[in-house]
Amino acid sequence: MKKPASDEFKEVVLESGITVKPVYGPDDVRDIPYGEEIGRPGEFPFTRGIHPFMYRKRPWTMRQYSGFGTAPETNQRFKWLLQQGQTALNVAFDLPTQLGLDSDDPFAEEEVGRVGMAIDTLRDMEEAFTDIPIEKISTSLTINPVASVMLAMYLAVAEKQGIPWKNVRGTTQNDILKEYIGRGTWIFPIKPSIRLIGDMVAFCSDRVPRFNPFSVCGYHIRESGATPVQEIAYAFEIAATYIREVLDRGIPIDRFAGRIAFNFDIFGNLWEQVAKFRAGRRLWAKVIRERFGAQNPRSMILRMIAGGGGGGLTIQQPENNIVRGAYYALISALSGTQTMALCSYDEAYTIPSKKAALISLRTMQILADEMGLTDTVDPLGGSYYIEWLTREMEKRIVACMEEVEKYGGMVKAVEDGYIQKEVSRQAYMKEKKIQSGEFVKVGVNKYVMEEETPQIEFHPFNPGVVEEQKKRLGEIKASRNEKEVGDALLALKQTAQTDENVMPHILKAVKCYATLGEITGVFKEVFGKFKEPIGL
Amino acid sequence: MDKNGMQSGKRIRVMIAKPGLDGHDTGAKVVAYALKDAGMEVIYTGLHRTIDEIVRTALEENVDVIGLSIYSGAHLPLSEKLMGRLEAEGLTDTMVLVGGNIPQKDMEALKGYGVTEVFPVGARLDDIVSFIKKKVEE
Repeated sequence: MKKPASDEFKEVVLESGITVKPVYGPDDVRDIPYGEEIGRPGEFPFTRGIHPFMYRKRPWTMRQYSGFGTAPETNQRFKWLLQQGQTALNVAFDLPTQLGLDSDDPFAEEEVGRVGMAIDTLRDMEEAFTDIPIEKISTSLTINPVASVMLAMYLAVAEKQGIPWKNVRGTTQNDILKEYIGRGTWIFPIKPSIRLIGDMVAFCSDRVPRFNPFSVCGYHIRESGATPVQEIAYAFEIAATYIREVLDRGIPIDRFAGRIAFNFDIFGNLWEQVAKFRAGRRLWAKVIRERFGAQNPRSMILRMIAGGGGGGLTIQQPENNIVRGAYYALISALSGTQTMALCSYDEAYTIPSKKAALISLRTMQILADEMGLTDTVDPLGGSYYIEWLTREMEKRIVACMEEVEKYGGMVKAVEDGYIQKEVSRQAYMKEKKIQSGEFVKVGVNKYVMEEETPQIEFHPFNPGVVEEQKKRLGEIKASRNEKEVGDALLALKQTAQTDENVMPHILKAVKCYATLGEITGVFKEVFGKFKEPIGL
Repeated sequence: MDKNGMQSGKRIRVMIAKPGLDGHDTGAKVVAYALKDAGMEVIYTGLHRTIDEIVRTALEENVDVIGLSIYSGAHLPLSEKLMGRLEAEGLTDTMVLVGGNIPQKDMEALKGYGVTEVFPVGARLDDIVSFIKKKVEE
């Protein structure tokens, strides 16, 4: 075959640095053995999917992120989403809650109830889940440094509703390492923060076996600028860090690895993302088996939510984001994710309106029910290009993981700010490419239009929410047993100073309505605060 | 002023600040890199700064420009607070720019507080650089 002159085609280089040929064929995949490297769905190394029949048996879970204002307001939105056919909840907390501050903390004031709901005490959590059958749904709590406290509150609610903990399903995001890299809700230094994660895994593996105590988020690392390769590589190195923490407590890998969950991003080049997920599944299975010696195949599966895509949405021509969302959902479905969530088209501006949230949900439902995405497993498997690209992605992810290990592991790399710098440099380089037009974004640097102010319905922020939440908190404080609270906090402090598991003591404290801020205050006293490495 | 952001031999000093609890720092860092590449001296505060801390740093570092980056929706109260504190400290010459997730409808209010310019998501890096250079020269 005559080779085309190089100037005949525009060079195609993926974000991960892989150069794409115009045509692929059998020669490109000849040395990828089906049995060992691809395999049947539901079997090691799980390249094609973690279950033998995937969506044919059960479509992906649809879980939109939501929450705002006070717990009763959020409760209304939750009920509405469940009525619309959503099958799980993903709870958004406001920033003070995410950072362990009570609503009456002076540093919290401007942020109470803004980007999620405010939780100060167990009373708020009770109201958020009033009349919601929590044994029938799985709930994802998007919370990190104080995940232990939110888990305790959620379990206390279950107890009050008469639901045994062994039936409680859900996930606490609880991935603190990625918070230092992107997203920024960190409080304590790295090591005690990881200890809290270990405490939660130990507690759940014993008492709440269907709960995922942490979900490792490549998502936010990618949103902060990382390439798809870095997204997976850093997430795996983070997961490995938590695994070592749990193994150090003498808990065998097969006891908890089956409960490890991941959260990944879906915007970007379609093929690159699909290959990323297939490579990720294969590599994770190998890492768990080879590096950590797992025996049970259930320990080796990469269970994930693949969703969001916020980083791909644009402020310009916002309705285009509806179309982008549909393609991102397609990526997610072709990737064999277990759970899907979509950023809504107005999300570059505001908390999604009901209308926008509904369009996102319908997008996923249309894919599942109209387009045949649930007909057969891994429909792109066996494609010359996809199998070749899956292997290329895997190689690069391995190399990137080795870089982190060579640096001294994830804890050191984050403590020093090495990862943060890698990711923010990447973000800067990409922004420059967008601004020069080299990296095309429709409506931003191509097909640009003079726009009227777009018709976006802004989520109304109710400034009264601060006062209302302060009042609710004041009432609880006035009615609780102060001695009980003081004793519980003291016991918690004493436990935090030892190696003993803090979870039972957090539970005790939340049940007597100690506030989130009081419990966090105890940890701040014992653990201190994280010092951010600031280097550009 | 020359192309390296030097003005009568002195480099323009810019502080990029993240006030409050919002942890979205990618935009702040991207702008910081762009200003550095344009030859300016950039001080980045890191996350979770109080307005008082930001004003103190502005005083200590003797900056020409403060760039506030806010994505949480709390830009109005935070900017108003900052402008009040700057005035109380006599830092009325310091140029304040606001960036982040800022709706069109809030631009006028921000300028009313004394913010010089707003560069919301989607703003061009070149525009930010040339705006600062031009204004400092004035």
